[in-house]
Amino acid sequence: MSNGSVDPAAVRHVAGLARVDLAEDEVEAFATQFAAVLDYFETLDEVPEVESEPDLTNVLRTDEVRTGLTQDEALRNAPDTEDGYFEGPPVG
Amino acid sequence: MSHDAFITREEIESKSSGPLAGRTIAVKDNISTDGVRTTCGSAMLEEYVPPYDATVVERVKEAGATIEGKTNMDEFGMGTTTETSHFGPTTNPVDDERVPGGSSGGSAAAVAAGEADLALGTDTGGSVRCPAAFCGVVGIKPTYGLVSRYGLVAYANSLEQIGPLAPTVEEAAELLDVIAGADERDATTRDRGDDSDYAAAADDDVEGMTVGVLTDLVEGADDRVRSVFEDSIDDLAAQGAEIREIELESLAHAVQAYYVIAMSEASSNLARFDGVRYGRSGGFDGDWNDAFARSREAGFGPEVKRRILLGTYALSAGYHDKYYKKAQDARAWIKRDFDGALADADVLASPTMPVLPPKLGESLDDPLQLYLMDANTVPVNLADLPAISVPAGTADGLPVGVQFIGPAFGEEQIVRAGSAVEG
Repeated sequence: MSNGSVDPAAVRHVAGLARVDLAEDEVEAFATQFAAVLDYFETLDEVPEVESEPDLTNVLRTDEVRTGLTQDEALRNAPDTEDGYFEGPPVG
Repeated sequence: MSHDAFITREEIESKSSGPLAGRTIAVKDNISTDGVRTTCGSAMLEEYVPPYDATVVERVKEAGATIEGKTNMDEFGMGTTTETSHFGPTTNPVDDERVPGGSSGGSAAAVAAGEADLALGTDTGGSVRCPAAFCGVVGIKPTYGLVSRYGLVAYANSLEQIGPLAPTVEEAAELLDVIAGADERDATTRDRGDDSDYAAAADDDVEGMTVGVLTDLVEGADDRVRSVFEDSIDDLAAQGAEIREIELESLAHAVQAYYVIAMSEASSNLARFDGVRYGRSGGFDGDWNDAFARSREAGFGPEVKRRILLGTYALSAGYHDKYYKKAQDARAWIKRDFDGALADADVLASPTMPVLPPKLGESLDDPLQLYLMDANTVPVNLADLPAISVPAGTADGLPVGVQFIGPAFGEEQIVRAGSAVEG
């Protein structure tokens, strides 16, 4: 993945994985820009393997029932609702 | 003169009489405010009204501050100029033709223009320090885990912290004292800031302090920036600080590692914006995936799409080891280098930004060039350390910031060094 261009088909494939539709001119522009950015990322190849031992602490809390959002609050920002539920597109 | 610092101007008065009583504060628009819309600078969240306050908002209200409104920002925090906001750019109060820096540009401009006494921003790769430097105010990126991220709309949660902006080091430290400390709703917070008095550390006293100058980050800077920075270091030496030059090999890989990690986390965090529970609906033609993809096409701007796609690419099968794993190696290497340097110095210093504030529209066309502007700030986020940007003077009439980096939970040291520059 170098030498100036990323295949527009590759951009469309990744856009599909990410669930973002792109206009045709966006595909072309991103293909050129991605090539430059990914080429720059290639320099990470020079980084040695580094052992890291993070200082970890258990932060689990007891599983207690608490007050959360009301149904009204949870639904307040939904573009479409029906009978107290979120309304979404058909699945598959 | 308006600088378009605010997306939503809505005063929220506090009834408390705490340490911030009588003060006004501007809040970046990716920090949730109960009943006041929080857009993240995005068309996706143009109408989003959170049903709760972020912990930091609760804390500034309890401390008596009056919230002035929600400030403009690069969309979802992705940018270095505040030009990627769906609501249009903010301008720099020092020079209206120039950008205020990003992504907390609205917060810095509000403080610089006197439209608020204080402000909250967020810093994922320098987004508090950059606009502080470009607008000539003070900004602090706290140690990771010092300030609760509950109620912050996440972009890259292993890197970002909420931080204060203010006209002076002491005022920025006072605001940090209010927001720092453990929060049971954010399991990454620690209790090291519970009874802090960072403001008391703004005592101008650097006698005997060791300042390590990060030569790798000085050499890449514009000559005009470098000259102001070197004058401020000479001034610290005259005040009794010991100056030492430090080279860190790992820093050459910081920008690449930062963007791989930030974009990867963004691709995952921004998956929640599907136009069903909140956000812009794509309509219901076609199945879930079609509707989801259309909603995101309409709701996200180009820089956000670019980062989601590059992040998805970096995490995809076949590329994970090449990009993401190597970026994590670089992150560990940078942490180790910083720990070593901070064993020999109390604070590390560099120019905050390697360039002077660009003119509006000047830097947007080439994303890679824009990313390179973050070279001096991103290493700090990768290493989870605290850093401050303080105005060090001007070049061609434009502000230059000096950055001090401290050890983890060493906020007193960076506040002290910063107050001496301000002197």
